[in-house]
Order: sequence, then structure tokens, then C-alpha cells
Amino acid sequence: MTAGMTTGLMDYDEVVARFDPVLGLEVHVELSTATKMFCSCPNVFGAPPNTHVCPTCLGLPGSLPVLNRAAVESVIRIGLALDCSIAPWCRFARKNYFYPDMPKNFQISQYDEPIALHGSLELQLADGSTLSVGIERAHMEEDTGKSLHVGGATGRIHGASYSLLDYNRAGVPLIEIVTKPIVGAGARAPEVARAYVTALRDLLRALGVSDVRMDQGSLRCDANVSLMPRGSSVFGTRTETKNVNSLRSVERAVRYEMCRQAAVLASGGEIVQETRHFDEASGTTSAGRRKETSEDYRYFPEPDLVPITPSDEWVEKLRATLPELPWQRQARVQAEWDLSDLELRDLVNAGALDLIAATVDAGAAPAEARSWWVAYLTQQANSRGMELAELGITPQQVARVISLVRAGTLTNNLARQVVDGILAGEGEPDDIIVTRGLAVVSDDSALTAAVEQALAAQPDIAAKIRGGKVAAAGAIVGAVMKATGGKANAQRVRELVLAHCAR
Amino acid sequence: MPTISRGEVAHLARLVRLAVTEEELDLFAGQLDVILNSVARVREVATEDIPPTSHAIGLEDVFRDDVPGPCLTQQQALSGAYATEDGRFQVPRILDES
Repeated sequence: MTAGMTTGLMDYDEVVARFDPVLGLEVHVELSTATKMFCSCPNVFGAPPNTHVCPTCLGLPGSLPVLNRAAVESVIRIGLALDCSIAPWCRFARKNYFYPDMPKNFQISQYDEPIALHGSLELQLADGSTLSVGIERAHMEEDTGKSLHVGGATGRIHGASYSLLDYNRAGVPLIEIVTKPIVGAGARAPEVARAYVTALRDLLRALGVSDVRMDQGSLRCDANVSLMPRGSSVFGTRTETKNVNSLRSVERAVRYEMCRQAAVLASGGEIVQETRHFDEASGTTSAGRRKETSEDYRYFPEPDLVPITPSDEWVEKLRATLPELPWQRQARVQAEWDLSDLELRDLVNAGALDLIAATVDAGAAPAEARSWWVAYLTQQANSRGMELAELGITPQQVARVISLVRAGTLTNNLARQVVDGILAGEGEPDDIIVTRGLAVVSDDSALTAAVEQALAAQPDIAAKIRGGKVAAAGAIVGAVMKATGGKANAQRVRELVLAHCAR
Repeated sequence: MPTISRGEVAHLARLVRLAVTEEELDLFAGQLDVILNSVARVREVATEDIPPTSHAIGLEDVFRDDVPGPCLTQQQALSGAYATEDGRFQVPRILDES
């Protein structure tokens, strides 16, 4: 018995010594189409409640859904990028349930006829190894409205006295991507779950089909976790953890469920098949509703939408629109930048690869772009506890700073101050140089005065330089740099010092 | 064969929030009975070897361009709601528990 047992958790090392975890990950991604799935209401985040609604997405009598072509094209492209086959014929289904987040009392989804099925996604793990995750299916559905639970202590549905509904999100195109069971990950299961969501997010971003913002809910992950005794191949009962809103939470939620389920099983208990709710603050999960079985949803073919029959011609046309995918980009960048496997992996793990590539695309040299992102900016991200991409500096801004250093307008030291200004939200590099007064001083009249002062202040050194000890000029350059707050062009200062002493 | 009672019609009316008069209860009970009996006849011919029909017409691939159109105003959207608060539909407690 371990100390963790008292809180209903088994120590992680013991969990993986006794059990094999099985994962199933369901990712919901909101498409960034201009309109909703079945009506022409705008698909926009953050509008005043119930202002992007119409009779169709409110489920009013007499309204009829009409499918958004762009949404179908997006899901086909997602399917192709995941190496799925595209069904030559498929239908929508009604998923019936009695919950007010859909005003129709059903959600239009796909059930046994998904548009894309049987693909795979290759993951890179932190140790450099790769793992192929099987994709069961990707299907189309509509997002639900947003509920606000009033009267409960935590804003959760439990204990609420009533709820308020905003249907702006109801009907937003949603793609659900489901993995096949991921078996054999062992102790690395939490890492694998995170790596999968990361890889999928990067893929969806490269495809340009979604803004993949986990914090805004446009990318959501439900983590199914079960345990089986080591050596067994019979899956245990699973739970489905929802409300997992960041990459880090994916990892924590899986790990927590493994420890909790192991403690229940080890004490002779049974796992209840249920939906669980992840609490970001405590890193724990708590029981939600009992999981419905598919029978409870009374699925049947949606009579208001006709079947979809993507022709080979259409599918191939869409395949031709696939951009360079993350793994293709990695292979290309590794060759172009001459990176070792280890260097490449570090860039990928730091989330820096795309940012560096974009900085190079914006005109910077690869070595300088890399140096900024993996050194100074990574430090800044780490000290703020953020991902690089969240820092609030764009590849274009970094490229501009690099070009200003190249042009001699900024020293490296000044460039870092400009970057600090960008991170502090002070605007574009050129504006910050003006407002913070950071440009390198190359103006000879200003510099000559500073050089004369420095030589006068250190006559012994001045004498050495006049005597031919050119190396001593460094001390005067240093003094000038200090006097100008680092803003002097050091090369020019040196020239001026030597010229002055040669007189 | 279905026989719909007045009580069942009253129950349905309450679920869909329709005000139904005493006379209408009798009228609709009779009409619903006719409808259900007609549908029940399908059972007599539906056998294992006949695939279920999901769509009566042979249309496929009906799409809409991804172009935004007009919406209802918030006021219009909420006009038929039983209760509202802060521009949202108000619904009773969802989970029946304390």
C-alpha cells in the first residue's frame, strides 16, 4: 500500500508496474468556415449571445438544414491528411438526447457512416522515437450551444438552480476525430496522449481548417482511459474525461485517471463507465453523468439532409490542395538547415520549428532565426510559463529585428530591448526603436564627443594606444558603449578611437 | 392498434406547450389515432429483406456556398422563449439532484 492510496490514488510507478493503460482519444475541432454547418449564420467566436442564430440553428418548426460545401471540403482534406479513406457514400444521422444545449433535442452527426475512416497519424515522442496512432474515423457534426449554469458553487451543472443558453455556437461545423485504441504505451501513455493532440493540432493548423485554439474551445479533447492487468489483452471499463482544455491538461488528466482507476481496481472495486470532468486547478477528475450507450441516442438517418457522394475527381482535387504537412516540413527543414536528429527534435519539442520556418519565410537567415527562437525567446517563454507561440511576438517581427541588426541599426543588446518592447505589447520594432530611443548611434559628431571624453578620462590607456598598443582600444570602446547606453555602433567607435589616437 | 386517450393528447400538448381546448382534445385524439393506425400498416409489409428507406427522393450532394446570410436579432430569437435572462434562453435545472 502506498501513501497515495489514502487519497484514492495509486503511486504512478506502481500503476504501470501492475496495469497496462488503453487510451482512446476523441478530438473535436471547430472548423473556421465563414458560416455554420447547416445554415448561413456567421461562424464567429465571442459575439453577444443569441445574435448569430436563425430558425434552422434554433430548431424552429419548418426550417431545413442545407450542408456547407466548404465544411465538407475541410473534412475530406483532414481525412486525406490523416491517410484515411474517404467514403464514396455517406449520410448524416440524428443523435437524440434531452439536453438543452441543442434546441432541436437532437444533434446532427454521423453515426455508422462517417465520411473518413481508417487512417493513421505518426507521433514523435520526447526521446526521439516515433509511434503510429491508428485513426478510426473522422466525421462531421454540429457544435452545441453554450450553457451557463446559475446557482451552483462552481458554475458547473451540479447544484445549479437553472441554466442559460446561448445558441451562437449551435450549428458551428465540428469534426470529430477518433483514434483506434492505443495499446502498449505503458508508462508513456500520458505523454503519448499529449503528443497525439499536439501532432493533430499542428496538422489541422497546417491545413488551415481551424484556428485550433484549445483555450477558446475550437479544439477539444475527450480522453478515454481504461486499465487492464499487465499481460491481459481484455480491455477494462473505460471512463471518458471531458473539459481537457490544454495540452498539459491532456497529459495530467490521463495520468490522474490511471492512478485513480488503479486504486479502485486494486481495492477490489469496479470502474463505472461514465463521463468525468477534469478540474484544471486541482488536476483531478470527478464523476459526471453516467455514459449513455449508443442505443440511448436512438440514432437514425437524418431525413432532412440528402446523402453525400464524394466523387474520386472531387477527392483528388482536394488532395492536390493539401499544403506541406508538418512531418514533410520537418524533413525538408532538417535537410535545408543541415540539422541533426537531435537538433531537429529539440526545435520540434520547443514548438519552435514552425515559428523559425515562418521567420525564414519572412526574410531572415535560418541560423539567426533559430538563434532568436531557441535562445532568447525560449528563455522569455520559460520565465513566463508560456509556449513560444503564445509569447505575442510574430515571426515577421522577429525577422524585422534580425534585419535591423544586419543593417547595423541595432546591436544585439539593443535588439533584445526591442524584443522586450514587443513582448510588452509596445508595437512594431520600428516604433519601439523610436519610442524607446534604441537606434544605434552611428553619427560621427555624437560619437566623436563621447570618444574624446573617454580618452580624456583614461589618459594612460590613450597613451598606450598612441604608442601602438591597438588592443588597448577595447577599453575605450567599452567606455563609449557604456556612456551611450549600448547604443553606439561599436565598429565605428573603434575606428574613431584609432583615428583620434593616430593624429 | 393504437388508441390515443384524451389524457395522452393533453400530455403531448403540455410537452410542446400548445394550448389545446377540451373539444380539441377529442378532435386530436381521433386524428392522431388515424395517423398512428396508418403508420402501423407499414409494419405489416416491413420485413427483414426490405432495406429501410431514409430518403424518399433520389437526391444526393445538395450543398450551400459558405457565404454568410442574415440572422435573427437577439430579441427575435428570444421572442418565443418561455423565460430569458441576459440575452439567453433560461431553462430549468438540468440535473435532477441536489
